[in-house]
Amino acid sequence: MTAPVLKPLVVGSTGADRDASPPLIEIENLSLFYGKAQALKNISMTIRERVVTAFIGPSGCGKSTLLRCLNRMNDLIPGVRIQGTVKIGGHDIYGPDVDVIELRRRVGMVFQKSNPFAKSIYDNVAYGLRLQGVKKKAELDAAVEQALRQAALWDEVKDRLHESALGLSGGQQQRLCIARAIAIKPEIILMDEPASALDPIATARIEDLIRELKKDFTIVIVTHNMQQAARMSDYTAFLYLGELVEYDKTTKIFTSPRDKRTEDYVTGRFG
Amino acid sequence: METHFEHELNELKQRLLEMASYAETAVRQAIEALTTRNEQLAVAVRDNDAILDKFEVEIDEMAIALLARAPLASQLRLVTVAMKISQNLERVGDEAAKIAKRARDLCRQPPLKAPPDLSAMATVALSMLKAALDAFVNHDPAAARAVIQRDIEEDTLHKQVRRELAKLMMENPENVNRALDLLTAAKCLERIADHATNIAEEVVYLYEGQDIRHMPKA
Repeated sequence: MTAPVLKPLVVGSTGADRDASPPLIEIENLSLFYGKAQALKNISMTIRERVVTAFIGPSGCGKSTLLRCLNRMNDLIPGVRIQGTVKIGGHDIYGPDVDVIELRRRVGMVFQKSNPFAKSIYDNVAYGLRLQGVKKKAELDAAVEQALRQAALWDEVKDRLHESALGLSGGQQQRLCIARAIAIKPEIILMDEPASALDPIATARIEDLIRELKKDFTIVIVTHNMQQAARMSDYTAFLYLGELVEYDKTTKIFTSPRDKRTEDYVTGRFG
Repeated sequence: METHFEHELNELKQRLLEMASYAETAVRQAIEALTTRNEQLAVAVRDNDAILDKFEVEIDEMAIALLARAPLASQLRLVTVAMKISQNLERVGDEAAKIAKRARDLCRQPPLKAPPDLSAMATVALSMLKAALDAFVNHDPAAARAVIQRDIEEDTLHKQVRRELAKLMMENPENVNRALDLLTAAKCLERIADHATNIAEEVVYLYEGQDIRHMPKA
């Protein structure tokens, strides 16, 4: 009789080791200035496809600014100047031929404070699709249901789809915003502290949802909450004073960071 | 300034060091009871084993309370390492108690003629244990790595003692009981060296963040 062949163990709470997933976002020598003040200093990093990458660091370190570089949200701020390149799927998103509206369709965003439109739940989710020209009711119905299901909200709202979104709880509103973002099938979802205004139970649901969503999307999240980053993300980048200090697997950053500044920050010695 | 959390981490470390000193003393006294045929001391070592059991439970409680507050980086490593070191120290205490029990039984029989010398094994095991704990106190992963290398030395001595005891047993069946007691004591010393090695590996992880368990020693 031959000995049974043991399957290799898959270690880590976030599932399989995703080292193998291909790079999707390539940031090279990225610097950003607000007028004369430099907010990002020569940042280079590669973000992999279908993983959750967290940006952490004390207030003002540049983590939200860096996140907003990934769908050119900083373009909206007067006096902003950017050097270096950001490539998504090999294309420079700051290139002259880039359609910014199309970029933001591919790179969706969820903000700290949930911001549903003062419309029905259904219309919130259908909004982006209608902008894209989808008119058929059956098609919209199917897409709205799918997005709400993916955002783990369907069962709670399926009987009141045409009621105002503003009647939902804070956690539900945030999941609705996630549904709205994923309805138009972006490749990447950027999240800027998506759970910081929520209670622990609503936060846990959002975190669960994010882990579920990474099967289909690449997620980049800014968070102040280190335990949250430790729970949800596969990779973590620590920024300090506009500099990318350390970027590694999340387990490595939170158990044995290489840089003393990372160690000091994650153990609460500053920030 | 030391935060409240850091203060509690230091308390955990202090408690662990206290436990370590009890464990070292237990081993030293067990060896003394064995080599000097001191039955009273042997009984005392066995009775004291409960102290180390209590330490283990207490350190686990402290560590779990600290883990509930979700420490990270070096603080997380310290808490998890403290739990593992305390478990190893508790096992060291068990081995010391077993040596003491064999020592007590041997005291009640006449000594063997030309028994093998266990003192070399005892010296290596004790010095490994002490060095591993010193490496913990002194933040010295290099010293911890040196401890791990010495385990081979203890294993070699153990094999030699076993051969000598097997020879004694083959020479005369009357030697068998006493030789088996010594064989058990030798095995306990070898296990103490293993626990010292485990502790040293944890010290390397604590200070370097690198897990070196189950790696080739040379």
